[in-house]
Amino acid sequence: MAETQAGTIAAKDLGFQYAGSTSKALDNINIVIGQGEFLLLTGPSGCGKTTLCRCLNGLIPNFHPGEMSGELLVDGVSVNDETTSELSRKVGYVFQNPENQLFALTVEKDVAFGPENLGLTRQEIRDRVDWAMEAAGTVALKDLAPYELSGGQQQRVALAGVLAMKPSVIVLDEPTSFLDPRTAEEVMGAVDNLRRENGITVIVVEHRLDLVGRFAERIVVMDHGRIVADGRVEDVLDAEFDRLSGLGIGLPKVSLLWSMLRRDGLVSERLPTHVESAVKMLSERLRN
Amino acid sequence: MSLRVLNGFKFSSLKTPVHRLDPRAKFMLVIGIIVPSLLFTNIYLLVGLLLVQVPLLLVGRVARRWVQSLRAGVFLSALIFVVNFFTGPLANAVALTLRFLLLMTTFSFFFMTTSPDDLGLAIDKVGFIRWLSRRWLGYPNALSFTFTTAVRLVPTMAVDAQTVVDAQRSRGLELDKGNLLKRVRNYIPILIPLLLIAIRRSLELAEALEARGFPGKEGRTSLFELRFKPVDYLLLGISLAGIVLSFWVFFHYRVPTI
Amino acid sequence: MGENGAGKTTLAKQLNGLLRPSLGKVTVDGDDTTKKSVAQLSRKVGIVFQNPDHLLFSETVREEVGFALKNFGFEPGVVVKQVERTLEALDLAHYAETSPFLLSGGERKRVALAAVLAWEPDYLILDEPTIGQDYQQKERLRNFILQLNSQGKAVVMVTHDVEFVAECNPKVVLMSKGRIVAQGQADEILSDDGLIEKASLVKPQMAKLFSQLGEFGFPRDVVDVHRAKMLLEQKLSEAKVSVAQSS
Repeated sequence: MAETQAGTIAAKDLGFQYAGSTSKALDNINIVIGQGEFLLLTGPSGCGKTTLCRCLNGLIPNFHPGEMSGELLVDGVSVNDETTSELSRKVGYVFQNPENQLFALTVEKDVAFGPENLGLTRQEIRDRVDWAMEAAGTVALKDLAPYELSGGQQQRVALAGVLAMKPSVIVLDEPTSFLDPRTAEEVMGAVDNLRRENGITVIVVEHRLDLVGRFAERIVVMDHGRIVADGRVEDVLDAEFDRLSGLGIGLPKVSLLWSMLRRDGLVSERLPTHVESAVKMLSERLRN
Repeated sequence: MSLRVLNGFKFSSLKTPVHRLDPRAKFMLVIGIIVPSLLFTNIYLLVGLLLVQVPLLLVGRVARRWVQSLRAGVFLSALIFVVNFFTGPLANAVALTLRFLLLMTTFSFFFMTTSPDDLGLAIDKVGFIRWLSRRWLGYPNALSFTFTTAVRLVPTMAVDAQTVVDAQRSRGLELDKGNLLKRVRNYIPILIPLLLIAIRRSLELAEALEARGFPGKEGRTSLFELRFKPVDYLLLGISLAGIVLSFWVFFHYRVPTI
Repeated sequence: MGENGAGKTTLAKQLNGLLRPSLGKVTVDGDDTTKKSVAQLSRKVGIVFQNPDHLLFSETVREEVGFALKNFGFEPGVVVKQVERTLEALDLAHYAETSPFLLSGGERKRVALAAVLAWEPDYLILDEPTIGQDYQQKERLRNFILQLNSQGKAVVMVTHDVEFVAECNPKVVLMSKGRIVAQGQADEILSDDGLIEKASLVKPQMAKLFSQLGEFGFPRDVVDVHRAKMLLEQKLSEAKVSVAQSS
């Protein structure tokens, strides 16, 4: 039964308030995420995206104390029944700042860190480390120290370290903030490939939809601790464009362009979410 | 003089036979050299102990760095010599200066040829440290982990320190002006941001650690393991023999300085 | 603009004397930078570093913003006035007595900006000002930069946020491996495939779009959404008209 529920997340009336805070960081969160989905979690600063992510791997309420209400199930088991250590085997977390999540003196040792905590045999650890480094493209870096790596390389190493835990869900919290656009695309592409090849559920928190919009299938928008939109990227952008731009989300420029043209009655199709579909639609229009 | 001395203690990552020696064996060697040098003031012995390290330094290819650190230590050696020259026989002054150089050299040799990683692993194996770690911090590997993390963070903090200095200088802070009191106060805008950055970084690292399952219920299995090779046992044996011999001689004979 | 390690921040630090040239010369308003101290040059050239935590150390936001003014030797009365003005301009007046460490990330970035703007340098250098900011915060920043610029201040942004640059359409200096590989308007540079490749950037969405619509006679150097709309409007209404005419 646990097998069929691997990589699933279900929240029912989930709420959370940080200790010492007067307002709810999460309010009435209801969401079901299926195995292998690629979900983009977005919203203005302070809307609760990171808070929600922290609930998934136990950092809330164990590292960030506060009052949690409602129910949250990961892989079919309530998060209240498991420690952070146990949850970290199911939910991997890649943080925003690449430098502050690498603790060992070499890349190889850092990737090994997670599995070393799992009580595996040395050979099992070796196998996982080799696999994870290959999958994340960091084999060439294995003897380097963290401070010798570029931001993009550091994020890849962090990704490898998380993969080595063989989680069923990976959460990436604004992973491309410190990366240049080319590297950001590469890293996101690598994450997507890993998802497809291994059936891992991926949740990415990101402000800039143009970077991730290409890979994400589903988008969840939060504001003031609540979910205000949830659906396929194309559907949500099309139906709620104006409301979303009011919320201050970084919408893709092609979608903005299309919505402006549509408002003037020059086009009528649904909003494109990335350049390729926009090119197709415009070319067709202009050829006729 | 100030910071260049430290160069003689920085790890240089090469792959020489000396580097590959088990750190515990190397450390025993260090003790094996220090014990006689502290017990005796015989100049021939001290010079001998100093020379014994030369082949090791050469094989380890750190000889040049060692010479540099010697040069930087000249000031302190001269000081020791001069002080003792006026308070005792000449031979004594020479012996004590030699002892100082010997101590500096031995530790320099150790740190130049032992990677912080291996040091961490070695510390992790020491029973006493594991016990202490469990009493204080709750986990047997916590202390050695603290050590390796500290080493890991040094270059990162160095970069941060430079950035803070740059940022505050760009706001008109002048660190080289004013009387002593003013200069000390001028370091507050440097130290506070650094402290806070260190704290914030520690918190983020702690979060990342927990997110990777630290510490596991079943305890940690390390991917890499330190194993004694035959040459390590040899080194260990020689060092122990030397220490025992030194103590025996010390209690049975009076060894003159010259 | 340029990839990580291209030398952007190194170049920026040459402008206020934190770094001195090994070859050649850097002058600010005609003065050779090697002949002046960092404090002297900073009066004219203000750098806002990327991470506000490298700056903040005071007990209150007010003290923080006034720090540089005191260092530069302004009269106490002037310091108070300037601090008030800057806090107002950056919408931080209600935080004047708050500790900067209690503020959120975005607010701390504003305090860092205020701390530099307080002495109104003629040249303002912003190192990666958009990192970690959401769209609204970026909009506010963009308007602020345009406002400063219209007041006659020079603004230099070190960034690789191509969409943000596309919205501002400034002059762009492209660097790679320690050299300047191109200089020009944003729309020219960001729509040039070769240059984008060299500097490890990506094209803004509008440029990507229009580079594939060349067959319809559109120019390639489009980076701004509004210009894109205008160009498309024309062609699309023509198309509508001709469809209407033919039926």
